[in-house]
Amino acid sequence: MGRIIVFFIVIMLLAACREDEVVVPTEYDILPGTLAPVESEIDGMYLVNEGNMGSNKCTLDYLDYRQGYYVRNLYAERNPTVIKELGDVGNDIQIYNGRLYVVVNCSNKVEVLDAATGVRIGQVNIPNCRYIRFYRNKAYVTSYVGPVQLNNPDAVPGAVYRFDTRTLEIEGRVAVGYQPDELCVLGQYIYVANSGGYMAPNYDNTVSQIEIEGFKQVHKIPVAINLHRIRSDRYGKLWVTSRGDYESIGSNLYVLEKKQGRNEMVVTDTLNVPCTNLTISGDSLYYYATEWNNYTQRNTITYGIIDIRTHQRVSDHFITDGTESDITIPYGIAIHPENGDIYVTDAKNYVSSGVLNCYSREGVLKWRVRTGDIPAHMCFRYKDE
Amino acid sequence: MPVNLSFSHRRILLLLSWLSFILPASAVVNKTEIINKNDTVTDLEEIVVLADAPSQDDIISGQTLDGKTLECMNALNVADALRYFAGVQLKDYGGVGGIKTINIRSMGTNHVGVFYDGIQLSNAQNGQVDLGQYSLDNIREISLYNGQKSQIFQSAKDFNSAGSIYLWTRHPQFEDGKSFNLRVKLKAGSSDLINPSALIDLKLSEKVAATLSAEWLSSSGKYKFRYRRKAVMTDEIMYDTTATRQNGDVRATRLEGALYGKIHRGSWMIKAYNYTSERGVPGAIVNNVWRRGERIWDNNSFIQGTFRKDFSDRYHARAMMKYSYYLTKYVNKDTTVMMIDNVYRQKELYFSTSHLYNITDNWDVSGAYDVQWNTMDADMYGFVYPTRWHNYISVASSLSVGRVKMQGSVVLNLVSDHTRDAESPGNKTEWTPAFFIAYHPFRQHDLKLHGFAKRSFRMPTFNDLYYAEMGNSQLRPELATQYDVGIAYNSVPSTGFFTSWGVQVDGYRNFVKDKIVAYPKGAQFRWTMLNLGKVHVTGLDVQASMMVQPVTNLMLTLRLQYTYQEAYDVTSPADTYYRDQIPYIPWHSGSGIFQADYRGWAFNCSFIYTGERYNQQENIVYNHTQPWYTTDLSLSKTFTIKNYTMRGQVEVNNVFSQDYDVILNYPMPKRNYRFTLSFTI
Repeated sequence: MGRIIVFFIVIMLLAACREDEVVVPTEYDILPGTLAPVESEIDGMYLVNEGNMGSNKCTLDYLDYRQGYYVRNLYAERNPTVIKELGDVGNDIQIYNGRLYVVVNCSNKVEVLDAATGVRIGQVNIPNCRYIRFYRNKAYVTSYVGPVQLNNPDAVPGAVYRFDTRTLEIEGRVAVGYQPDELCVLGQYIYVANSGGYMAPNYDNTVSQIEIEGFKQVHKIPVAINLHRIRSDRYGKLWVTSRGDYESIGSNLYVLEKKQGRNEMVVTDTLNVPCTNLTISGDSLYYYATEWNNYTQRNTITYGIIDIRTHQRVSDHFITDGTESDITIPYGIAIHPENGDIYVTDAKNYVSSGVLNCYSREGVLKWRVRTGDIPAHMCFRYKDE
Repeated sequence: MPVNLSFSHRRILLLLSWLSFILPASAVVNKTEIINKNDTVTDLEEIVVLADAPSQDDIISGQTLDGKTLECMNALNVADALRYFAGVQLKDYGGVGGIKTINIRSMGTNHVGVFYDGIQLSNAQNGQVDLGQYSLDNIREISLYNGQKSQIFQSAKDFNSAGSIYLWTRHPQFEDGKSFNLRVKLKAGSSDLINPSALIDLKLSEKVAATLSAEWLSSSGKYKFRYRRKAVMTDEIMYDTTATRQNGDVRATRLEGALYGKIHRGSWMIKAYNYTSERGVPGAIVNNVWRRGERIWDNNSFIQGTFRKDFSDRYHARAMMKYSYYLTKYVNKDTTVMMIDNVYRQKELYFSTSHLYNITDNWDVSGAYDVQWNTMDADMYGFVYPTRWHNYISVASSLSVGRVKMQGSVVLNLVSDHTRDAESPGNKTEWTPAFFIAYHPFRQHDLKLHGFAKRSFRMPTFNDLYYAEMGNSQLRPELATQYDVGIAYNSVPSTGFFTSWGVQVDGYRNFVKDKIVAYPKGAQFRWTMLNLGKVHVTGLDVQASMMVQPVTNLMLTLRLQYTYQEAYDVTSPADTYYRDQIPYIPWHSGSGIFQADYRGWAFNCSFIYTGERYNQQENIVYNHTQPWYTTDLSLSKTFTIKNYTMRGQVEVNNVFSQDYDVILNYPMPKRNYRFTLSFTI
């Protein structure tokens, strides 16, 4: 009997070594293929991993073109004193005037870092914040939380918040549609894609047009239900995606333009292609779409390139070497502004490490690297930023 | 008891007189005989009312904690107590109101059947029973069986789960000349806990007794927790923050009443149960979010009845019925996230009839038929109002040949679901075969070799199948196959220093396939459920117990339990987590309980250890979760003055104030206290 007790005690002691919790270390993967030529204006690319909701695993990765490194999870090590690290569910990332802005959705904040070092400068608290864009030293952030209306307290409209990028002080907000997602600045206006995602089946179907100077909503342009992305191109057009209702109404892509002599944008073309995410490079719009097929019990993934001048689909794939089948769930897309490399992230099953895939302009896989959970949003850092 | 003891009358008497503090001495003798016959303490239920219960053998005995042990061991609810069983892992979201569910041998919560006074508690919505809601106040015994309770006179559902937990409530027992018992109790402690309860037994006639039990619990759910990080190299503290858990308040009322009756060669019981609660959902602690606004209201009621009769010396029958109504209201008024205000209603009707026939003294056969009807409605958009009919037909047989005992059983499950406004999935048919065997090699020594093999399944729940967007009506049942071999030894009890001791060791392999997992669907963070996962479990459970009597009146008891588990995800070699340990299953875990009794004083020290584990599928540093181990102490004193018994108890939990999360971002309380006063007539 005594031996048994000793056995237990030994097992317990052996296994019991509970250590102090340490700051999660940064990991470096060497990626020689990423080294940029000296004359390149781009130093690197930041990637934010969303992390599953409630996991507090929003992390920041950096692709260093100067050193040829992939730097995984740099926030905690650069900012070890921040309690509970970067936060829960990253939703957007942008660089403006040398500062990196990370929108952390479920932590209700925009984290502001030095873009060169990743060191924290401050944060701006915005509830349920989604996407961020900039105009003349002001940041504009969509948020699902606008002013509560007394007559309808259960349906809170969204808002666009404005804060000063130098002081990080919120200057105001303007109510828009329900659950606004992406926004973009075009001319003197901000256009906001309203989703109404919390209101299913009564989705919102409008794009809000905000006059920047007066900071007020001047129009609501009907487009389609459950809008998500909104991007402007160099011809003054807006490209807007809708998610549909995931059942009978599929995802779609719309073009909005100003009618001659009018100041309002209207839908001028419906492309009838499903589109989950897109990026515009030159005159090419690269997109992919992921839709669940109930019959096959699988996701149907489509890729393509659209010529933004003609609105014609010029290709139904931009990955040409057959490796697109390795992607489980494409989740983010970006194109290197100089060499045209295509970056597509793979979110896998949302609760394990994702993958960043890099394809050449011709669509051939150059390399791939492990990321954090749900790699999603990318932005390039230029020299001197 | 972790190791089932017993075999000699004297030993049982000793054990019971020491353990069953609540039971009057007159009942003990009666019990002794039966227990000896049954080789288990689990059957106390029938014994009390039914002295003439047919012989039933557990081929492999379960793990048991009795009322006295439970009372001393710093457990507020059933979940707290279950942590001390081998092979069990608890998911605890922290605090009095935090959800607490368990899995047995890494097979997932939905594979665990929880039986309350013999009838399963089920939840067709999500298949999980929140064991934190079940109070220990009137629990007489908790037992856990791997595979199944290896008896054959039981309902078809008893044969069906991969593992089962039985919660047996206290039964009225009266000393000679007494016609009522009364106990009032007050617990108070940290987190503004106030928990008064009362229990009354009434002897209505020689054949009928009633018991009423009521309890109210209130807690602010506030407790201090701490997060701390050090630098990797320098040991310098980078942050160290202590905060108070918010929105974890709970107010709950439990009302329970039962009637017990004896008839000629039989017995019956009717029980009504109601639990209402309102609680906050404390939520995950993440950067910049330290409180949340979700709230849940529960109103769970059921009424159940059991009728049992021995129609002859060889033919015994039992019928059971249950009706339950569960209402859950889930509200979120926090405007920063999606506003929710939903009510879910579940109804269940269950009927079971089981029959045992003793063909010879060594050979029994049984058959049972159960039928269960479940329905659910919710005021949600697109809700399909599912209804399920589940028929269970079981046949079983047990046989003793020399020193070998064996038992085989099989359950045929027929399940059909119907939905409104949506295509109903096809009918499902599943078989649950099981085989148990035990061998006593020596007549003089209580040494037993045993083993079992069982295939079981869990049905996809209503949420898995029909939950808006996420549900997938094409799901198949998730299958689990278990193999277990073990050895158990119990010493011959003596009157010396070592009163008794016992050891049991079990090795097992479990194979889970078609595991129901969430899978990304379409774009944008949406999920569906798929039969995708595959898990192989290899484990070892070791249990030991020892009773020592160094001097007269001083009794020391020690129970130890250790579990080693490898639970590998073998879904696909293409996954980054292929052959990694599945989330929240530690390789090493164990517990120890030490109790000392001396002239009405009782001291208890309970220790729990959970080793390192990972909080997500990949076993990488970002998902690593530190081991935790807590020590709880309690001291109590019982006074008897004439016919009154008073008892006071002081508990200190998490004595060393360890800061730990059982579930990532759900911090557990630091050191906390509880005080109990009870008064019994």
